[in-house]
Amino acid sequence: MSFIQRYKTMDKTERANYRKEFFINNSLYMFLIAAVVVIQFISPHFLSGPSIVNIISLSAANLPIALGIAGAIILTGTDLSAGRIVGLVACVSASLLQATGYPNKMFPDMPTLPLVLVFVIALAIGALVGLINGFCTAKFNLHPFIVTLSTQLIVYGALLMYLMIGNNNGQSISGLDSSYTGFITGSFLSLGRTPIPNYVWYALIITVIMWFIWNKTAFGKNMFAVGSNPDAANVSGVNVKRVITLVFVLAGIMYGITGFIEAARIGSNSAATGLNYELDAIAACVIGGVSFVGGIGKIRGVIMGVVLLRLIFVGLTFLSIDANMQYIIKGLIILVACAIDMRKYLVRK
Amino acid sequence: MSDKILLEMESICKDFPGVRALDNVSLKIREGTVHALMGENGAGKSTLMKCLFGIYTKDSGKIILDGKEVSFKNPKDALEHGVAMVHQELNQALKRNVMDNIWLGRYPKTFGFVTSERQMYKDTKKIFDELGISADPKMIMSKMSVAQRQMVEIAKAVSYNARIIVLDEPTSSLTEQEVGHLFRIIDMLRERGCGIIYISHKMEEILKISDDITVMRDGTHVTTEPASSFTMDKIIKLMVGRELTNRFPEKTNKPGEVILEVEGLSSKYNQVEDVSFKVRRGEILGFAGLAGAGRTEVIENLFGISSRSGGSIKLHGKEVKNRNAAEAIKNGFALLTEERRSTGIFGILNICENTTISSLKKYKRGKLVLSDKLRRKDTEWAIKSMRIKTPSQRTQIRTLSGGNQQKVILGRWLLTEPEVLMLDEPTRGIDVGAKFEIYQLIVELASKGKAIIMVSGELPELLGVCDRICVMSGGKLVGEVDASRTSQEEIMALAAQNV
Repeated sequence: MSFIQRYKTMDKTERANYRKEFFINNSLYMFLIAAVVVIQFISPHFLSGPSIVNIISLSAANLPIALGIAGAIILTGTDLSAGRIVGLVACVSASLLQATGYPNKMFPDMPTLPLVLVFVIALAIGALVGLINGFCTAKFNLHPFIVTLSTQLIVYGALLMYLMIGNNNGQSISGLDSSYTGFITGSFLSLGRTPIPNYVWYALIITVIMWFIWNKTAFGKNMFAVGSNPDAANVSGVNVKRVITLVFVLAGIMYGITGFIEAARIGSNSAATGLNYELDAIAACVIGGVSFVGGIGKIRGVIMGVVLLRLIFVGLTFLSIDANMQYIIKGLIILVACAIDMRKYLVRK
Repeated sequence: MSDKILLEMESICKDFPGVRALDNVSLKIREGTVHALMGENGAGKSTLMKCLFGIYTKDSGKIILDGKEVSFKNPKDALEHGVAMVHQELNQALKRNVMDNIWLGRYPKTFGFVTSERQMYKDTKKIFDELGISADPKMIMSKMSVAQRQMVEIAKAVSYNARIIVLDEPTSSLTEQEVGHLFRIIDMLRERGCGIIYISHKMEEILKISDDITVMRDGTHVTTEPASSFTMDKIIKLMVGRELTNRFPEKTNKPGEVILEVEGLSSKYNQVEDVSFKVRRGEILGFAGLAGAGRTEVIENLFGISSRSGGSIKLHGKEVKNRNAAEAIKNGFALLTEERRSTGIFGILNICENTTISSLKKYKRGKLVLSDKLRRKDTEWAIKSMRIKTPSQRTQIRTLSGGNQQKVILGRWLLTEPEVLMLDEPTRGIDVGAKFEIYQLIVELASKGKAIIMVSGELPELLGVCDRICVMSGGKLVGEVDASRTSQEEIMALAAQNV
């Protein structure tokens, strides 16, 4: 029965109830549309080519990290080390791919390394920290909050030490090789007259791969099962420890990709790169309906959450709202979004 | 016993979207009586109780307590008016001790704000002594047995001077002795003039303990009569609305050659010690024993989810290790666990995910991809052959009734094509009609050549379904009997050996 037919069979109070539920459950989208209309009305440049491309590319830059963290949240965990891993990977990638003639080169005698090699190194660093996170969570039965809090500090320490290597002395790393920046921020397609950077396409490819992993592989099914009920998963023959470890390794790889993209995207990388990225990613996930209840989440939810969050950030700037006030608004939006989301899992009485 | 009506629920109606859950149901509880409330799952017993306790708001009807009309806002409100409920699944603060649980929310205070541990201890001890409960008020709840925790809950009701006490399936996880103790407490409460509403599926018990019996069916009140005018067959007939000639299906399975040999099985962290037995193809082997005798632990050990310290398992004469569940499944074992909610279902996932989780490898197309089509097909098969009542495959399993959830999990295990199917309390918390269907499935599976090991605390069910019964006591196997030639008494005598 289609939902229009079903609506027709309802009586008055049922319809009122249905409308109310519909309104509350879709309030995020309605809010989104309302916000776009209002912002557009106040500031007509909001829905112009450059602004739209800006929102899309900011979303794309944040998508891989959010997709990684979403896995941890589905396991009722979290990952606080994500931002620092992005920072470490970004600095390492940047230092290995500085232009040969650049005066402040970190490794002055190093030739231009092939992009693929550095990409693989980036993934390897992410995967390694992810492996540590996953291994400790699974093996020692620790909550990922504790594990990733520790690795966050460890990774940050490693990053600070790395920045002291060679001639660098703790400065930020810039002067990147043009092949690198071209690969990431170059463009072959434009919206209107604004070029769409390449990393938008990379994010798209990664999203498709992640969708595939979540929905079409045994690993994905097992991840949702472990998130929903780890004891039942164990009895059902799922290797729970392996699944937990792999989810974090996969997340680490996602942070590696984010770091590799981020380094070229922002051009100048310091110890502050990646700071608090995990918080935006977690916020995006929960706004998009990836629930801390465990076992619940969809790729399209993560995309929605990331885009929505960016749209709000950009929109607030467009409205020239005070930067301090922006934090308060963001906080409230996250709170309200989660409260609405939680309604779905409450047992109705 | 008197004819004074303590609690009256009059023409209660409750609608849920699309269903009338309660249709003009009335219930009168006399002072100093045990009033059994019977009906299949879904008959409306719990809904009626939830209306009483204000968990649901009734659409119409009246509730009269002691001559005054009442309408409780929530269970706490009801409790303060002397109406208490002891739930089937106990909701207690397990990490706190006994007296904390009893006085939670109304700690006795000195100087108006300091909680008085001494007062709590004294008061708790007093109630325990009255009821003949031997537990220490300072014991942590999680260290107590289910039976003791239930006693605590009853003590809590008594501490509120409750006049109406609802017991929901109180004996589903108690041993015979513990049931005896519970019944003595119920008798005491009855003498004090309490009205007890007793919800249970166990006919023998109901006939033994209750004064009045009310039978419900499909949200309606069928009859209320003194217990003496009922027989088991009459209750069943009224409950299901049709004649159930047999509580157990005809046994069609024929045991063949031995396929599983277990020698000297022992556990590292629980009491299982030196357990040896054999199971034949097409045989249903029962495991009887008191709670805590190690029945569940034996099959968990066999399945590799509890640590083994010794022993060998041979399937078709070949040694298998079963170091973990995954390995056991690969070797052709399956285990339906006792605790459906905590180790069985994935509540928020749908039927299809719940059914196929243990056999995902079967659906691989190539190295990675799973075929949704094959998964849906197998789920459809499970729904059909297990006769699962569900709107669709995409329904969340938590919304199904207990019996249907059990069938989904049974379906999950059959899809792994096991040779040895182990069932731990397969009919716990399931109504009469669904129980029969589960028995039928078990016998059918045995007829198809599966070796079945069934653990149960209900002796009639073991005697009705099994071919042989192993009796456990204190972690050891103390005897093995032929199900067609033994009696409940013989099994109980064996089971009480090492206590």
